[in-house]
Amino acid sequence: MTTVAFPIPRPKHPTGVWNWITTIDHKKIGVLYGVTAFLLFLTGGLEALLIRIQLASPGHEFVSPEVYNQLFTMHGTTMIFLAIMPLSAAFFNFVVPLQIGARDVAFPRLNAFSYWTFLSGAIILKLSWFLGGATNAGWFGYAPLTSMSQNPGTGIDFWIISLQVLGVASLAASFNFIVTIINMRAPGMSFMRLPLFTWMTFLTAILVVLAFPVITVALIELYFDRAFGMNFFNVINGGNPVLWQHLFWVFGHPEVYILILPAMGIVSDIIPTFSKKPLFGYNAIVLAGAIIAFMGWMVWSHHMFTVGLGPIPVTVFTLTTMAIAVPTGVKIFNWMGTIWGGSMDLRTPMLFALGFIAMFTIGGISGVMHSMASSDAQQQDTYFIVAHIHYVLFGGAIFAILAGIYYWFPKITGRMYNETLGKLNFWVTFIGFNIAFFPQHFLGMDGMPRRIYTYSEGMGWDLWNMVSTIGALILGAGMLLFMHNIVRSWRKGELADGDPWDGRTLEWSIPSPPPEYNFAEIPTVYDRDDWWAKKRGNVKHGVPVSGGSGEEEHSIHMPQPSYWPLVVALGICIIGYGLVYSYTVATVGTIIGVIGVYAWSFEPVNDPEDEDDAAH
Amino acid sequence: MLVLAMLTIIGAIALACTPSHNQSTFDTLGPVAENQAFIFIVIFWVGAFVFVAVEGALIYAVFKFKRRPGDGDPVQVHGNTRLEIAWTIAPIIILIIAAVPTVQGIFYAAEAPIPPSEGGLEVDAIGHQWWFEFRYPHPDNPGEQIVFANELHIPVGEPVTFNLGSVDVIHSLWVPKLAGKVDMIPNNDNSLWLQADEPGVFFGQCAEFCGVSHANMKFKVVAESRSEFDAWLQSQSQSAFEPAEPLAVQGKELFKSAGCTGCHATKSIMKLSKDGKKLPGRIGPNLTHMASRINLVAMLDNTEIGNAEPNDYMLQRNLKDWISNPEEIKPGNIMSAQAAVYTDPSKALEEHEIDALVAYLLTLK
Repeated sequence: MTTVAFPIPRPKHPTGVWNWITTIDHKKIGVLYGVTAFLLFLTGGLEALLIRIQLASPGHEFVSPEVYNQLFTMHGTTMIFLAIMPLSAAFFNFVVPLQIGARDVAFPRLNAFSYWTFLSGAIILKLSWFLGGATNAGWFGYAPLTSMSQNPGTGIDFWIISLQVLGVASLAASFNFIVTIINMRAPGMSFMRLPLFTWMTFLTAILVVLAFPVITVALIELYFDRAFGMNFFNVINGGNPVLWQHLFWVFGHPEVYILILPAMGIVSDIIPTFSKKPLFGYNAIVLAGAIIAFMGWMVWSHHMFTVGLGPIPVTVFTLTTMAIAVPTGVKIFNWMGTIWGGSMDLRTPMLFALGFIAMFTIGGISGVMHSMASSDAQQQDTYFIVAHIHYVLFGGAIFAILAGIYYWFPKITGRMYNETLGKLNFWVTFIGFNIAFFPQHFLGMDGMPRRIYTYSEGMGWDLWNMVSTIGALILGAGMLLFMHNIVRSWRKGELADGDPWDGRTLEWSIPSPPPEYNFAEIPTVYDRDDWWAKKRGNVKHGVPVSGGSGEEEHSIHMPQPSYWPLVVALGICIIGYGLVYSYTVATVGTIIGVIGVYAWSFEPVNDPEDEDDAAH
Repeated sequence: MLVLAMLTIIGAIALACTPSHNQSTFDTLGPVAENQAFIFIVIFWVGAFVFVAVEGALIYAVFKFKRRPGDGDPVQVHGNTRLEIAWTIAPIIILIIAAVPTVQGIFYAAEAPIPPSEGGLEVDAIGHQWWFEFRYPHPDNPGEQIVFANELHIPVGEPVTFNLGSVDVIHSLWVPKLAGKVDMIPNNDNSLWLQADEPGVFFGQCAEFCGVSHANMKFKVVAESRSEFDAWLQSQSQSAFEPAEPLAVQGKELFKSAGCTGCHATKSIMKLSKDGKKLPGRIGPNLTHMASRINLVAMLDNTEIGNAEPNDYMLQRNLKDWISNPEEIKPGNIMSAQAAVYTDPSKALEEHEIDALVAYLLTLK
């Protein structure tokens, strides 16, 4: 050893809580992401229910307008940054290394760092409810409502800082997955053999890497306006609030695809499995995903059709936005082509995946409606848009995520969920969702603006608002069924074998739950849907490789756990609070973070003592 | 069967969008809204067709291709290039067809057929938290504007162009039955034009989230014949009535001594600066002729719906409620946060003072 050994050794086979705190195993980090994000999803859902109760009847005084504005702002921010994104990240973590035949991600400690930083961001955002009030300017934070003169409280500051921290987490994770997918594929796993979920993860990670710097810049400018009296968006000194909108949506629209591409990936894996047919038009679906990811950068101003950009830019963005419907349509048609002529097994994951197609199609159609600027002039900022985003983000992303949770549940936990409860869960969710959100199309076309805390009698909005609220409560009941099923099955579900669905991709070739090292022997891949091909025996080479008996454990080298990712994330969390309250605190956080990075860099690869243990 | 069921659903959807409601975007009464509704209807039927095709095929497939006991593996089809090209090109063609009226509509809504440069009526609309200020060109004196709040009068059958501005945050001017919205953004010059084809009273509402009382930022549009409009504008250009009744006279004194005049003007004329620039107005709405309005504080109706004349009883009740407790009616409003009579308990208005103020304001016809 040439380096000076750092005095603190790596943790050795920790148990209990320490096992989870120091873990750098992608599967455990995936579970941490999933459980944390689901709990945050529940807080966002609770905020949504409070919104719906407030709007149930005209003039209802359930929450004050100040609280209402915080509720819808936090609901949007929570669902996008603390629920859908990290729930997708949970799958990236758990599934991608298994699908490409790897033993872990490229940078396991960075992966742990991503999780702990995400948790820090979540804490900073959600605790702002109890520290003088949460942010209240909408998840889009339009200037000048976010200026110090309009909004002197700390809510906006917490929002800025938490998004920055979450950005760090997302960027670290995305770099990690880009490198993992490029470098750690098993022999023979060429790009055009990648399972669709891995493909969409790859595209999503690229979008994150390109999109988050834009919001980072915008948020820094906003922070400078607020903290140091600068004038990026300060109207009184000539700042232009439209600049914020451009920066926000240049990030914000790719962000929409960051939310939906992983969902499309999940569905693209589930549908072939339960139809017992390969994906129809694999090349077209991959290409369509790439085109969506690329064109996602050319449509941001469709969020700004009423901003007064002038008819020529509006026409350009109308046409690019309409065009993006084409690759989206290709995906839907190819999924239909996959189930056509298949042998469909309507298990819970498949039900949710089919629900995704059905609901996402509706969201796609309404999306085309307001891609057309003339039509959008009436729909922009009304409940029609609220209906649309929920059809794509709940009917789309969340349905796919629920499908994914059920689909990979046996792999993650080694146990089966309860099928009857799962189906009940699907139907209650599906019906509740449609009762909650379909009437919002009517409300929007009937002229009900978004983000109003109340409305008066006589506008004709009473009935559908009440219906929508009832639907939201049914939807809530659906989520309770889901939690009941998951918690109960995790504890005492039937044991699952490695391949309960007659799966097609590599994760089903190993035991459930997978051993720490995933693959006892790194598989060689000869085919798209390699595992299916091997099982059916129509392969050019090779036989199924089993996951191993567990005896191999001592001969496979896995990196040891580490404390430092957590320490660095803790430093970032303290910096975050410092930037809101006191720069002294921020300095302390910086010192902790720097110590963490230093220790991380010089951490021994393996504890020498541990190697001694292995030798015995 | 399935297609029939789906058409029923679509029919129900069409019925559910009842066009009689106050802010319905289907019950259009002006050419801009009509054009936008037409484009929506075009894409609605295209969408309905796609909906029936995709959802129908999906439901059919679920029944037709459901796994039955003893089924073996289906044929492993990997794709069909011809089919895939077909379902890529078909949407492109449909979208190109739909794009034609859309682009026409975008340019149609961009500029009024009779723009202000050719003598069309031009009105300044300025957003405030949380009310609308409207300024009309003085019919006789080009160097002056007539200021009004929360109520818009327009002549029927004439295109009116609005110059949109804001003094604080972003708002959006929207009269669903007459035209789609355009945002009112500080430091940006936006415009919107609309036209009412029939006389009537139309509802408008701020459509861009603008803070605590965003929900309470509404206005009314009164469309009337050209002669009625001219008469209205003439009356608005007059000075305020001088009260004679003792209580109202007392109210007028109080209006000054309590500091109301700091924010509320009782002169409806505003001069442009020498180089023709528009000057910022007072913080609060102009009250010169406030008793002639059917909409108080951007949210309270002073009349039965559809009636263009205020009802004195309703106006009096609304005024009293408002002055007694503005925070209760419109949370977050600047008056309750800044006016001394609301912030300083020693200066709080007493019951008889409120009555005097109401009596005075009621004379401001």
